[in-house]
Amino acid sequence: MPQSHTFIVIVGATSAIAEHCARQWLQQRPVRLLLMGRNQERTDSIATDLRIRSPLSRIETMVGDFESAASITSLVKAATAQEVPDMVLIAHGALPDQQACQQDLTQAQAAIRVNAISPVLFAEAFVDGMERAGKGTLGIIGSVAGDRGRKSNYVYGAAKGLVERYAEGLQHRLAATGVKVVLIKPGPTDTPMTAQLKSMGTPLADPAAVARAIVRGMARGRPVVYAPAKWALVMLLLRHLPRFVFHRLNI
Amino acid sequence: MVKVASWGRLAAEPHYLQPLLRQHMDALRLPPGNRGLAHGLGRSYGDVGLNPGGTLWTTTHLDRFVSWDDKTGVLTCEAGVSLGDIQDLFIPRGWMLPVVPGTRFVTVGGAIANDVHGKNHHRQGSFGDHVHEVRLLRTDGEVLQCGPALRNDWFAATVGGLGLTGVITHATLALQRVQGPWLEAQNMAYAGLDEFFSLADASVAGWEHTVAWIDCLSGRKARGIFMRANPASGTEGKVPTDRRFTLAYTPPVSPINRFSLGALNAAYFHLNRRNTERRMHYTAFFHPLDRLQGWNLMYGPKGFYQYQCVIPRQWGKDALQTILREIRSSGEGSFLSVLKTFGDRTAPGMLSFAQPGVTLALDFPNHGDATQRLFTRLDSIVQHAGGRLYPAKDARMPRSVFEAGFPKLQEFMQYRDPGISSAFSRRTMGS
Repeated sequence: MPQSHTFIVIVGATSAIAEHCARQWLQQRPVRLLLMGRNQERTDSIATDLRIRSPLSRIETMVGDFESAASITSLVKAATAQEVPDMVLIAHGALPDQQACQQDLTQAQAAIRVNAISPVLFAEAFVDGMERAGKGTLGIIGSVAGDRGRKSNYVYGAAKGLVERYAEGLQHRLAATGVKVVLIKPGPTDTPMTAQLKSMGTPLADPAAVARAIVRGMARGRPVVYAPAKWALVMLLLRHLPRFVFHRLNI
Repeated sequence: MVKVASWGRLAAEPHYLQPLLRQHMDALRLPPGNRGLAHGLGRSYGDVGLNPGGTLWTTTHLDRFVSWDDKTGVLTCEAGVSLGDIQDLFIPRGWMLPVVPGTRFVTVGGAIANDVHGKNHHRQGSFGDHVHEVRLLRTDGEVLQCGPALRNDWFAATVGGLGLTGVITHATLALQRVQGPWLEAQNMAYAGLDEFFSLADASVAGWEHTVAWIDCLSGRKARGIFMRANPASGTEGKVPTDRRFTLAYTPPVSPINRFSLGALNAAYFHLNRRNTERRMHYTAFFHPLDRLQGWNLMYGPKGFYQYQCVIPRQWGKDALQTILREIRSSGEGSFLSVLKTFGDRTAPGMLSFAQPGVTLALDFPNHGDATQRLFTRLDSIVQHAGGRLYPAKDARMPRSVFEAGFPKLQEFMQYRDPGISSAFSRRTMGS
């Protein structure tokens, strides 16, 4: 491992979009990569694949509880003990069933915890060291679903909307520093998370193409990245639809 | 239900799509009374990859490498990894797949299930010849490892087994050493099948890859271009850009018709007739059509058929001549006609397509009955010559033609998974 390597941390490494981002980064050059997950076996399986793809990279894993503030604090402390990461991608999430969330508040609560609270706490924990070092790029995966609440998935959308407002504040806080905060909004992507959507025939984006957009967007430090880019236009239209039109849509 | 068509786009019929995920690879999920079929990148032309009214387990999420030995070149991966991904990753490290078909967009599982072949069959045999082990998930939940050295009966049923013995979830493959991505290639024009055969025979010993394009409309003495190549030394060269052209919509009327075909074929011949030698990137030689994404849309909304047969060598020339005569007189025509001799070797699978002889592959726009009548005549020529058709390309062969071409079919049937079925198996095996 050469001295001037890039250190990348991925939180929620078992997310398919994150896995494809990791492949893209390793394809560019060998890096030091730390994969954080909730399940050792699943995280290890990704690490094995990535080590075969990039034998010159240094790939480590770390697992822990993503739900408690205390464990997030200690995870991030351990991850950044040696050095401050050049890039952090916070990628974990879960697509809840909207109907189930309406009927069972514990499911709604779990969805908001994993999609909003946990990523925000991770970001907060990482950004401290990055701000002190005055460098680095923090990417957080939100969703196009966060752009406007819709009856078909507003609990998920609200959680992702919280991430958006948080990222906006963080960008404001760090505007004068060298730290970049990138909010990533993927559209529906062909991953295990959306297997149910696929089985219903919803058109889904190729995860490798989405990952390319994310890696490019983070390299440029863009504040907001829609992936694929066409969603920027689609959501612009959807956000500006007058309420009386929007409420008639079955989406 | 989601409508799915195969590469020939003859019809899009409803399927239950069920992405196969790592976390539930211990069981294959099926609605009650339903049967399933594994589905990868959908490059099979006809119906071996379709299961209308039933379930398709899509395998593209199973795309991880599991182990790699850079001393022996032995790779284990999940079945949804594409051949192109393996090439991209390993050729720069000095290893490549020993056998690749005409497109890179094929999963490892699909390459095994169809026991695909390449332009080096005379040297390397088919894809299955380089598989050490396969992991098969059966619909009763059993997980079965098999290979040439372990349950080789199951292996022989699964290689070329069209996905009907279970779902291939993992495979262990032997890669081969290579210096770089370059080939030294030669193009030579030939006139008549005699010249083709003498070029092919003369090239077997000294050339790793051989293939020919044939102008099936050019008259009695069919002309064509014979292409051969060997791995080139060195790693220097200008790698072609990854830019791909995408055909994004289906023309309402196919530009490929009896009027344009003669002109297209003649133009292709004259553009390539000069004998040339050049250094080529392997993708340009092996996968010329991959640059044009969605080229299958060119055949218009009715889609197209591919007809690929193999004929034993002793009848090869006569049968090919008769086939070409039938095509000319039918008024149907093919642009992408490919001719190649197979080596003298027994294929690893009970239903493997490759057998010693000569293989001809033809594309035909779907003109309904006229096309079907031509196929019936071609079938009888193939059958009389002791040949067979390639299931991976087929969408219509009658059961009798399939049974006559694949004498190990009865043996194969014992290994079928009762929970798996395809449009092809229902048509040619009755279930």
